[in-house]
Amino acid sequence: MDILKQIADSLQKGDDPRVGALAAEALEKGIPAGDVLQDGLIAGMNVVGEQFRLREIFLPDVLLAARAMYAGLEILRPHLAKEGVPLRGKVVLGTIKGDLHDIGKNLVGIMLKGAGFEVIDLGHDVAPEAFVDAAVREEASLIGMSALLTTTMTRMREVVDLVESRGLSGQIKTIVGGAPLSPDFAREIGADDYASDGATAVERVKALLGVT
Amino acid sequence: MEALLDRLRRGDRLVGDGAWGTQLMQRGLPEGQPPEWMALERPEVIEEIARLYVEAGADLVTTDTFGGTSFRLALHGLEAEKERINRQAVEAVRRATGSAEDRALVSASVGPSGRLLEPYGDTSPEAVHEAFAEQVATLAEAGADLICIETMSDLTEATQAVRAAKERAPGLPVMATMTFEPNPRGYYTVMGVSVEQAVSGLADAGADLVGSNCGIGMEHMVAIARELTRTARVPVAVQPNAGLPEIQGDTVVYKETPEAMAARVPELLDLGVALVGGCCGTTPDHVRAVRRAVDAWCARA
Repeated sequence: MDILKQIADSLQKGDDPRVGALAAEALEKGIPAGDVLQDGLIAGMNVVGEQFRLREIFLPDVLLAARAMYAGLEILRPHLAKEGVPLRGKVVLGTIKGDLHDIGKNLVGIMLKGAGFEVIDLGHDVAPEAFVDAAVREEASLIGMSALLTTTMTRMREVVDLVESRGLSGQIKTIVGGAPLSPDFAREIGADDYASDGATAVERVKALLGVT
Repeated sequence: MEALLDRLRRGDRLVGDGAWGTQLMQRGLPEGQPPEWMALERPEVIEEIARLYVEAGADLVTTDTFGGTSFRLALHGLEAEKERINRQAVEAVRRATGSAEDRALVSASVGPSGRLLEPYGDTSPEAVHEAFAEQVATLAEAGADLICIETMSDLTEATQAVRAAKERAPGLPVMATMTFEPNPRGYYTVMGVSVEQAVSGLADAGADLVGSNCGIGMEHMVAIARELTRTARVPVAVQPNAGLPEIQGDTVVYKETPEAMAARVPELLDLGVALVGGCCGTTPDHVRAVRRAVDAWCARA
């Protein structure tokens, strides 16, 4: 079997030692790191994300696949830099001010990283200005916000408004998620999108940033 | 202990209480503080809410200790207060339930640690076991009547909590419930645990009641109860949300009415469910309606 296909398969099984070993082997064979990333790791992760979205597999399988993705990325990273292959885009994530629930946000972070995005995780209880400041400083193209509390979710509007008032609309996209939220709520506060779970978040972020 | 288990053996159907989070917010829980802050700083508020649920007809009243493990309290810088929080929360409910023979029982809530266990995350099963053991010991010492392990998604974490409860509070019954979501293949927790796996895993670990809490409303809870009662060898408890939260302007509302919830109670009881209570968004009015439905069903039976 093609080694890149083997990498994708092992990643889907969550076999992190094998993904790391195969990635190193592929590089030794002279396959460009960018190809190993795209046709091995990301190809495998796309399958996992799709299976999760269709609810054919559960979160634990995704977490193990993401761990395998990191193992492969560790091997590839110095080579990717040398080849000048950019990662897929930079996103700023956090749980909104007043809210300390970060499990869902962490899962979204794991899955975005797993999909090859660079993730700046601001943690929980993040002030609206801190989201926008970090996005500007890091030159990120997207802000992802999470809330689990019905009392804090309404504050997400402030982040969206700040992006607009600083003239960053279009340059910095916004996406929201969290148990009490809905697409209607996202629309009402003017966020660019909403995602109901980690896998959907990856799909929506890809669409918002125009990457495949 | 016998109070609860005896009643269940007799075939009594029990009524749980309703939500705490929404009640605490209405009474001035400061933004950014966890619900457990109220047990620490204003236990009289806990007593007031507990009294409302007792008056509404609850047989069990839950303590404000859902996030009372060291893991969760540490997120808020309240870890050093863990003993006081758990103790005061139990004592406040105790004051509301009174000391009559047929008083409501103090159901000491134990929620998830908020950590992902190995191999998915970095926390060992032993570490969560220790955190649960410590919390349960305080809850039992403070006078809880039962330990209520709830809203669990990971079966390893849930069974660690059940075992910790049985070790550290050997005299107390343990109720253990998980949160299920609909899936094309049935109902599963976020971590992929089926109803059947949950039921057998929790009972094997020593739970005296098993079941489901939280989730997305009564409609699904009836379907979950069907699977629970089909597979469980121990009494089944269900505590659904008042539907899913919806936005109205700047506030959030739970729309399932007490009447809508109570209307499905006979189905649950027909299935053999032993305890019906409420989770997020339910109020003393929901409990009152469920109480009436349970009493009416029992009078007919």
